Amino acid sequence: MKNKFLKAVFAIALGSALLTSCKPKSSGDAVSGDAAQKAYVAPGKYDEFYNFVSGGFSGQLSVYGLPSGRLFRVIPVFSVDPEKGWGYSEETKPMLNTAQGFVPWDDLHHTEMSQTNGEIDGRWVFGNANNTPRIARIDLKTFKTAEIIELPNSGGNHSSPFITENTEYVVAGTRFSVPGDYSNGDVPINTYKENFKGHISFVKVGKEGEMDLAFQIVTPGVNFDLSHAGKGKSHGWFFFSCYNTEQANTLLEVNASQKDKDFIMAVNWKKAEEYIKAGKGKKQSVKYAHNTWDEKTHTAKSEIKTEVLVLDSAELKDICYMIPCPKSPHGCDVDPSGEFIVGSGKLAALIPVFSFDKMQSAIASKQFEGDYGGIPVIKYEAALHGEVQKPGLGPLHTEFDGKGSAYTTMFVSSEVVKWDIKTLKVLDRVPTYYSVGHLMIPGGDSKKPFGKYMVAYNKITKDRYLPTGPELAQSAQIFDISGDKMKLILDFPTIGEPHYAQAAPADLIRNNGQLKFYKIADNNHPYATKGEKESKVVREGNKVHVYMTSIRSHFAPDNIEGIKLGDEVYFHVTNLEQDWDVPHGFAIKGADNGELLIMPGETTTLKWVPKKVGMYPMYCTDFCSALHQEMSGYVRVSPAGSNVPISYSVGTNLPATK
Amino acid sequence: MNKFSIYAVLFSFAFFASCGGDKSKSGQDESKPVTEETDAPASDPSSYDPHRGEGKFDSVELGASLDQAMASKGEEVAGVKCTSCHKITDEKLVGPGWKGVTERRKPEWIMNFITNPDPMIDKDPEVQAQLEICLVRMPNQGLSDDEARSILEYMRKNDGVK
Repeated sequence: MKNKFLKAVFAIALGSALLTSCKPKSSGDAVSGDAAQKAYVAPGKYDEFYNFVSGGFSGQLSVYGLPSGRLFRVIPVFSVDPEKGWGYSEETKPMLNTAQGFVPWDDLHHTEMSQTNGEIDGRWVFGNANNTPRIARIDLKTFKTAEIIELPNSGGNHSSPFITENTEYVVAGTRFSVPGDYSNGDVPINTYKENFKGHISFVKVGKEGEMDLAFQIVTPGVNFDLSHAGKGKSHGWFFFSCYNTEQANTLLEVNASQKDKDFIMAVNWKKAEEYIKAGKGKKQSVKYAHNTWDEKTHTAKSEIKTEVLVLDSAELKDICYMIPCPKSPHGCDVDPSGEFIVGSGKLAALIPVFSFDKMQSAIASKQFEGDYGGIPVIKYEAALHGEVQKPGLGPLHTEFDGKGSAYTTMFVSSEVVKWDIKTLKVLDRVPTYYSVGHLMIPGGDSKKPFGKYMVAYNKITKDRYLPTGPELAQSAQIFDISGDKMKLILDFPTIGEPHYAQAAPADLIRNNGQLKFYKIADNNHPYATKGEKESKVVREGNKVHVYMTSIRSHFAPDNIEGIKLGDEVYFHVTNLEQDWDVPHGFAIKGADNGELLIMPGETTTLKWVPKKVGMYPMYCTDFCSALHQEMSGYVRVSPAGSNVPISYSVGTNLPATK
Repeated sequence: MNKFSIYAVLFSFAFFASCGGDKSKSGQDESKPVTEETDAPASDPSSYDPHRGEGKFDSVELGASLDQAMASKGEEVAGVKCTSCHKITDEKLVGPGWKGVTERRKPEWIMNFITNPDPMIDKDPEVQAQLEICLVRMPNQGLSDDEARSILEYMRKNDGVK
């Protein structure tokens, strides 16, 4: 009897195991046999794509190879990086200046590559700062942050840095509406409805990439979440998802989740340009920083600007339209043809797909159901192409493969769902580990996707990697999407928390005129030392400027005396090398900032304030040659008021002979 | 284990197998990453000409007398790119001193070596012997043809050409 009972229990247990066994429990179930072959890039071989991944709360941008998942570089953008001297060298400090002063950290959520005719062109990648609202432009010839512009009237720059199809504009929308900087911000928080405003920013991008805040559009206070530009037929329009159309100012989790539908806001930016030409914008007094890097002086400058042109969405008709979208939409993605706009309502049980053509005829025939703060609201059905039914739980973001399919991440049900854009039928679904946020197909938000790989950027990894204490690895997963079924081929850990990403064919970047070194002849740094003969130490009051050179494997000068307590010493180190892959480092004992990492032909400055009398070794930190360990020197620090004169030398300061 | 549980186990195996069906399809896939060679492999060292060196210069015409202006230009370029490591006497600093170099080497060898050092360090027996002494590979300093030629003229001046 007992035996029979046990058998029954055993059978039931097996049965229930069977029922759940199709939900993969381990990588073994989800990975196909040839996965390793597909993700393997042999030593010395190159990857097929560069993958530019947002570093989330690290504030940086990371560069991986696809399909190998190998990390090539972390580009410092919004956060200081002592390893590269970013934010620590005198030259880079202005890059992190804002209207609030020097800000050493931010939260980079989204990357967007520049485009020409709607196709990725390999010139720049943009990144957004989500905390202190800014947009950065990273130059893909140098893999260096070349420019950062701050956005006034904004709080939480989340729906950014998306671009138009010829990189005419890069946009930003405030996630947290706030009273504009040109109005009084000292108001009770619960006056959100009357005093808080949304501002979306259009930043013009010039031929050389230079950014200029062209105009802002003021809207009722809501939370702008994500955006994408129209393309092809919808070029000239921009689409922003917004939530909290309830205008809650507390416990948004509940209070901003009341309405069944929020909005996708469609912005006719060409119309906005017409209004500006007609002089309809209002100049408002604000303060924001615009920081630029100069490749000739190897130095950043920060300029505070004081004016912005603002267009009123309620007053100036035909710029903005609201399209109702269920429910608290997050992702706002436009298919390669520019006809379909996918809104991903994170609390919705379906995915609405809007039609640009239908939206246009709805506007022409005034099929409105009212207005929202003076902005016409188009009837939902009038703009709707259709709905993807039962896609999964918690739709967030959609990318496209250029072959008629869309891929949407499902945060709550932890999966990516592939569906047909025209018929809206679900074609395939694949689990992710776990809780996927963004996803990326190379070129997947452009007119020309490269639909071979899809990468899921996950929020949770739980048991996927060896445990590392309370904080676990961040992770991405690569899927082969060249066939009908999505196939997981690789997990790889990432820095920070990965949000959105972009990718480009490797040749597009590596053949774009990659800079290998800075020509010493073109070095216009005011403290450049072009040759050892020019190296010197100059005292100006309590400031001491060291004009120093580095070459394999010594500094000149490498013996410095006459520094006194109370001095501020500036080491301006010029790397005289003129070859690829030969940076030199510079570090000195007690420096309370970072090291310098000086590229060939570059001049970089470390400020050093010695705090004690004594002997201070300095050395090269980047292994440069067989005699790297010899690449070092000494600085003698004497008491304040000492009469040791400034002296400096290399190779000649020898012991006195009797 | 009785029959019942054996069936149950078999059934569950079958189920697992059907869920992991992808494993059986392990054929070649065309979507293998496109990869490329990083650098062309070094050419056959036996073809190396130790008198000419390796590089773009086959023969370099020298004037009967020194071109003073060119030599001055060369001195200037050398000050930025060379003299951190080379003295103009015969004394070794990081690399060997320059005194007498234009007598030891053909002009095309010098021009090739200073514009294209890496392959020559790998192949030239005398440079390899020098590397054992200096232990620092001479860096490629990105000299233009004109700069290289002017440095050669400066070396000639240093060796007493008037």
